[in-house]
Amino acid sequence: MFYREAGQFKSSYAADQQLFPIRQDRIGVLLLLAIAFLVVPFVAGEYWFSAILIPFLIFSLAALGLNLLTGYAGQLSLGSAAFMAVGAYAAYNFELRVDGLPILFSFALAGLTAAGVGILFGLPSLWIKGFYLAVATLAAQFFIVWCLTKFPWFSNHSSSGVISTQKVTLFGYAFTSPREKYLLVLTIVTVLALAAKNLVRSSTGRAWMAVRDMDVAASVIGIRLMPTKLLAFAVSSFYCGVAGALYAFCYLGSVEPDGFSLDLSFRVLFMIIIGGMGSILGSFLGAAFILLLPIFLDIALPWLAGALGLPFSNATVSHIQILLFGTLIMFFLIVEPHGLARLWQIAKEKLRLWPFPH
Amino acid sequence: MRFFLEVLISGLLSGVMYSLVALGFVLIYKASGVFNFAQGAMVYLAALSVVGCMEKGAPLWLAIPLALGIMTLFGIATEKFVLRKLVNQPPIALFMATIGLAFFIEGLAPMVFGSDPRALDLGIVDEPIEAILNRWGMVISRFDLVAAGIAALLVTVLALFFQYTRIGRALRAVADDHQAALSIGIPLQHIWAIVWGVAGFVALVAGMLWGARNGVQFALTFTALKALPVLIIGGFTSVPGAIVGGLIIGASEKLAEIYLPPLMESAFGGNFGGIEGWFPYVLALLFLLIRPEGLFGEKHIDRV
Amino acid sequence: MSKTIGDVILDLQNISLRFGGVKALTDISFDVREHEIRAIIGPNGAGKSSMLNVINGVYHPQEGIIIFRGRERKKMEPHQAATQGIARTFQNIALFKGMTVLDNLMTGRITRMKTRFFEHALWWGRAQREELEHRKKVEEVIDFLEIQHIRKTPVSRLPYGLQKRVELGRALAAEPSMLLLDEPMAGMNVEEKQDMCRFILDVNDQLGTTIVLIEHDMGVVMDISDRVVVLDYGKKIGDGVPEEVKNNPEVIKAYLGASH
Repeated sequence: MFYREAGQFKSSYAADQQLFPIRQDRIGVLLLLAIAFLVVPFVAGEYWFSAILIPFLIFSLAALGLNLLTGYAGQLSLGSAAFMAVGAYAAYNFELRVDGLPILFSFALAGLTAAGVGILFGLPSLWIKGFYLAVATLAAQFFIVWCLTKFPWFSNHSSSGVISTQKVTLFGYAFTSPREKYLLVLTIVTVLALAAKNLVRSSTGRAWMAVRDMDVAASVIGIRLMPTKLLAFAVSSFYCGVAGALYAFCYLGSVEPDGFSLDLSFRVLFMIIIGGMGSILGSFLGAAFILLLPIFLDIALPWLAGALGLPFSNATVSHIQILLFGTLIMFFLIVEPHGLARLWQIAKEKLRLWPFPH
Repeated sequence: MRFFLEVLISGLLSGVMYSLVALGFVLIYKASGVFNFAQGAMVYLAALSVVGCMEKGAPLWLAIPLALGIMTLFGIATEKFVLRKLVNQPPIALFMATIGLAFFIEGLAPMVFGSDPRALDLGIVDEPIEAILNRWGMVISRFDLVAAGIAALLVTVLALFFQYTRIGRALRAVADDHQAALSIGIPLQHIWAIVWGVAGFVALVAGMLWGARNGVQFALTFTALKALPVLIIGGFTSVPGAIVGGLIIGASEKLAEIYLPPLMESAFGGNFGGIEGWFPYVLALLFLLIRPEGLFGEKHIDRV
Repeated sequence: MSKTIGDVILDLQNISLRFGGVKALTDISFDVREHEIRAIIGPNGAGKSSMLNVINGVYHPQEGIIIFRGRERKKMEPHQAATQGIARTFQNIALFKGMTVLDNLMTGRITRMKTRFFEHALWWGRAQREELEHRKKVEEVIDFLEIQHIRKTPVSRLPYGLQKRVELGRALAAEPSMLLLDEPMAGMNVEEKQDMCRFILDVNDQLGTTIVLIEHDMGVVMDISDRVVVLDYGKKIGDGVPEEVKNNPEVIKAYLGASH
C-alpha cells in the first residue's frame, strides 16, 4: 500500500534516469542518510562506533570495490585484501613523507596508488579469463603482502612491517573520538557509493556488464576490452585502497601486512556473494551480514551451549563460524545467486502488491 | 655444482608432491568442469580422518580404508547436495561454491577429529640416504624419495586408468561434452561420484604424505595454493601437464629460494626470505604470457 | 523499390581462413554494394558464420585482401569494425543477459559516446546530457521495433523471438552503415519471420543500410535479397541474383547432396 509506483508517471527521459526513479526509494534513501548523519552520532555508544559501525562502513566500501570488478565487470579477484594493504601503507607513507598533507588527500592518493597497482595486476586479464585470472589475482595477494613485509621502506623500518597510523587531521581539525571518525568514514563512503551508483548506470557500467555477460559480443559492438577491463581493475582497486586506508587510520590504528591475508580477501568476496553480485546495495547488506554473524555467534553459541549443558571451547565457536560461512556461501549460490539484494527486491515487489496481491 | 644438483633434486622431489595435489584438481576439472578449490581442504580432511581413526584405536591398515570411505562418502554428498544443484550456473559460480565447500570442511573436520597438530607415522624416516651422501656427498631425504616414488606411481596408475579403462574413457567423453555423453548412455551422476571418489583417494595419498612430513594440521589446506600455479603451467585438463608443471614449479621454487634472496639482499639490503609464497605464481603468470593455454592445454577458439 | 544500389563498398578478395589444420574458408572472393541486401547461403558447416566473422574482425584470415570503402584493411579488432559502422547480430543470440532491454540497446551507442568515466562518476552536465541524447535515439529504435512494453525487462526473461528482435535493436542502435545478420530468422514461427522480414526491409529501404545476411529459409532469401553468394565446404560455388543462383547446377547439387 505504501510502496507503490502507480501514478508516478515519467514525462521525460531525465526523470526516468534519476538515481532512484521510484519516489519511495528516494525518500527511503534520504531518510537513511539523515538517520546515519543526524541521529546515529547522538545515540550510538563508543562500542557501536568502533566495533560495528566503522568496520561495517569500511568493509562495505571494500565489498563495493570488489563488486564493481567481479559483480559488474565479471573479473573474479581473490586479492582484494592486498589492494586494501596497498591503500593502508600508501596513506601511511604519504602522511609520513609529505608534511602537513590533509588526510583526505592522503586517502585519495592511497586510492590512486592502489589503482595503479590494480592496473598492473589486472594486465593478465587481457589474455586470460575465468579461473586463470582468479589464480593470477592470487599472485597479487601473496606478492604485495610479501613486499610490504620485506621492504622496510614501506613501514618506515618498523619490525615485521607493523605501522601505527598518524593522527587523522584535516585543516587543523583532529578526528580523535570514534564518533568523529565515524562521521568522516560515513561521508567518504557515502560519496564513493554515490559515485559507484552513477558509474554503473552510465555507459562505463554498461560496458563493464557487457564484458561480463559476453565479451565477444561486447567487442563486436565496439567496446574496447582492454581499457574497459583495466578501468574496472583501477576503479575497484581505488575503492579497496581507500577502504584499506580507512581500515588502518579510522578503525584499527595499527596494522601489519599479514593482517591483509587471503582470508580477508575471501571475507570480502563472501560479502558480495551473500549480499549480491552486481548490486551496490548488496555490498552493504553483505558487509553487514558477514560482520554481524560472528558477533552474533560469539554471543549466541556459548549461551546455547550453556543452556544445553554442552562443553564449548572458543575453538569450537570459531570452527562453527567457518563452517557456517562455507555453508551459507553454498546455500546462497544454490538458492539465491543474486544474494540478499535480490531478496530485498523480491520483498519490495511483494510490498507493491500488498495488501491486495490479486 | 653439487649443491646446485642437490637443490634441484630436492626441488623436483617436492614438485612431484605438488603434482599429486594438482592431479586432484585436474581429475575433477576434466570430468565435470569444476575448478575445485576445496581440493586442499580435502587433503586436510583425508589426513585428519586417518589420524582421527587411529586415535579411536584403529591401526594404520584399517584407518586408511576407513578414511577412504569417508572421502568417498563426502565426495558423493558434495556431488549430490551442491554440484548437482548448480549444474546450469556459470563455471565461476561453481568455483565460488567450492570456496564455500573448502570453508565448510575447514570448519567441520577439526570439530570432528580435533584441531591440534598431530604426527602421522608411516614408518619412513626423514633422513639423508647414506649411500648417496657417501658417494656424491648430496643430502637427499629418504622420505622425499619414497614419497615422490609413491606419488609417481599413483600418477602413472591414474594416467593409465584414464587412458585404457572403460570408466576412464567414459570420463573423458563426459569431459568433452556432457550432453553427448548423456545421449550415448553414460550415466553422468555415476561418473561424477566415481571422480569425486578418485579425487578423494588422491587427496588421501597427498594428505598422508604431506601429513607424515609436516604433521597433520590446518596448514595442509595450503597445499592447494601450491598446486594452483602448477595448474596454470600445465593446463587444467592435462594429466601430463600436472606432472611436468609440478616438476617445473618444484625445481624452480627451490632454486629461487636459494639463489634469489641473496641477490635481492645485495641489491636492496635486508632480509628477503619466504619468496616461495609468491614466486610460483609470478612464474606461472610469466609463463601464461608465452603460452596462454598452458603447456598441454588445447588452444581455445571462441565460436560466435 | 525506391532505393538505388550504389558502388561496391566491401570487396573481399581470395580470402582463406584456417584453424590449425582445418580449412574453414578457401579462396573466397565476392563484393557487397552500398544499400543492397546481400545474402550468404550454404549448407551447415559451409563457412557462412566464419565469413561474417572475417568481415567484422573476429577472425583474421591467413590470406586474402579486404577492401572496405576503397581502402585496404589491415588486421583489426572487432571494436574497430564497429567504429567504422559495421554492426552485427549472432546465430546464437549474444545479448547481455544480465541487463535490461534498454541497457542492451544503449550499449549499441557506445562507440558514439564521448564522455569518460570520470564524468560518469559525477553524473554532471555533459555526461547527463549525452546520456539523454542517446536515450532518445534508442527510444526511436524501440518504437521502430515495437518493443516499448519490454523496455525495462531483463533480456534473459524474454522469449526467443523477442530476444532476436532486441539483438537486431542493439545493432540498429549503433546506426550502422553495414549490418551483418547471422540467421536472424532461425527458430522463428511464420508470424515472427514476417515481422523480422519487414524490419529488415524497412531498415534497408528507409535508412539505406547495407545488409549482409545469412539465412536458411530459401523462400525468405530469394524474396528479399538483391544478390546471393553460395558457399559449400568453405568454397564459393555460386554468386549472382536470386534467379541465377536458383538455377545454378552446382548449387542445386550441393543442396540436394546436403539434404540427402
